[in-house]
Amino acid sequence: MAGKPVLYYYNARGKMECIRWLLAAAGVEFEEKFMETSEDLEKLIKDGRLMFQQLPMVEIDGMTLVQSRAILNYIATKYDLYGKDAKERALIDMYTEGIIDLTDMMLRVVTCFPDQREAKISLAKDKAKSRYLPAYEQVLKSHRQDYLVGNRLTRVDIHLLEVLLYVEELDSSLLAPFPLLKALKSRISSLPNVKKFLQPGSQRKPPYDEKIIEKAKKIFKFQPS
Amino acid sequence: MFQQVPMVEIDGMTLVQTRSILNYIATKYNLYGKDAKERALIDMYTEGIFDLTEMMLPLVICPPDQREAKILLVKDKIKNRYLPAYEKVLKSHGQDYLVGNKLTRVDIHLLEVLLYVEELDSSLLAPFPLLKALKNRISSLPNVKKFLQPGSQRKPPINAKQIEEARKIFKF
Repeated sequence: MAGKPVLYYYNARGKMECIRWLLAAAGVEFEEKFMETSEDLEKLIKDGRLMFQQLPMVEIDGMTLVQSRAILNYIATKYDLYGKDAKERALIDMYTEGIIDLTDMMLRVVTCFPDQREAKISLAKDKAKSRYLPAYEQVLKSHRQDYLVGNRLTRVDIHLLEVLLYVEELDSSLLAPFPLLKALKSRISSLPNVKKFLQPGSQRKPPYDEKIIEKAKKIFKFQPS
Repeated sequence: MFQQVPMVEIDGMTLVQTRSILNYIATKYNLYGKDAKERALIDMYTEGIFDLTEMMLPLVICPPDQREAKILLVKDKIKNRYLPAYEKVLKSHGQDYLVGNKLTRVDIHLLEVLLYVEELDSSLLAPFPLLKALKNRISSLPNVKKFLQPGSQRKPPINAKQIEEARKIFKF
């Protein structure tokens, strides 16, 4: 299909999910090529299409991009979801990086050795409760607007919704003390493109289960850290 | 915002998160390319440099008995993944800078990490003539040259005493 971005990753959330969310929120149709075996990944590497031999990779507008931030930044700019000037972008970047830190913490719950899992879950819950959720509640409280930056939808509202859903999956009581975050979550979820993405049958990926994790380990031959 | 440093006060903002700070500075001083596609390349190359830098940081704080193994791992990535990737970029266009045929932030980031690679093992750069040439070229730019001289705000390699102090402050 000429024109549609093509996403190369495995059939799970991992580091590609935030990209899927952003494209969906922007109303952009995209294709996916899933790695089913380690040979699939090796072929991409051998063909020289992965600058650092890693995924995610996205083909978009004639470019072969790796590194999730590079991909996200390009999509956000293209679809005008990156604020109106450098100062708004600075806030968006700052807020986005915090969300990425929290999302990575939650990803480690899945990728760590099983005996470490309880500890990693505790850490993620603790940091969500005491560091991250209060920080974003505070931003919303400071301006009382419907969106995090610039009084209109930007990428960081989408990133935040995504991580709030993961926090809820981890422990649904974590959001209780944060009324403004809960309101934003409802509001952004109701936007037409987002609502569509949240429905069954979309390209949104489900929570991890043991089967997905085992498959990923085989493809990526990775060791827990 | 997240109870962490670095933090920079700039143009009336209190910014945390390294990438946010760097992106703002690069934009402000026109070191971020001319359009979104150039920015995409700059971001991609920059992120690889960050990954490599992050890999090198723990070498200093890891216990001596694990250090040899970690160093071998990092050197392997440097030799087989990162340096070849950037040499290939320079080879592909034959220009003096990584992106857009003019100086951008990523040339500076690359110089910085090449100096760290050299500190780790000066022979690592030997097979990469274009990287060596870029290193010399960027080092000669007036502002960079000044920063490389003693007495600038450039920080020296970290030593054991500094690690101990950091441990106390950051409780790790």
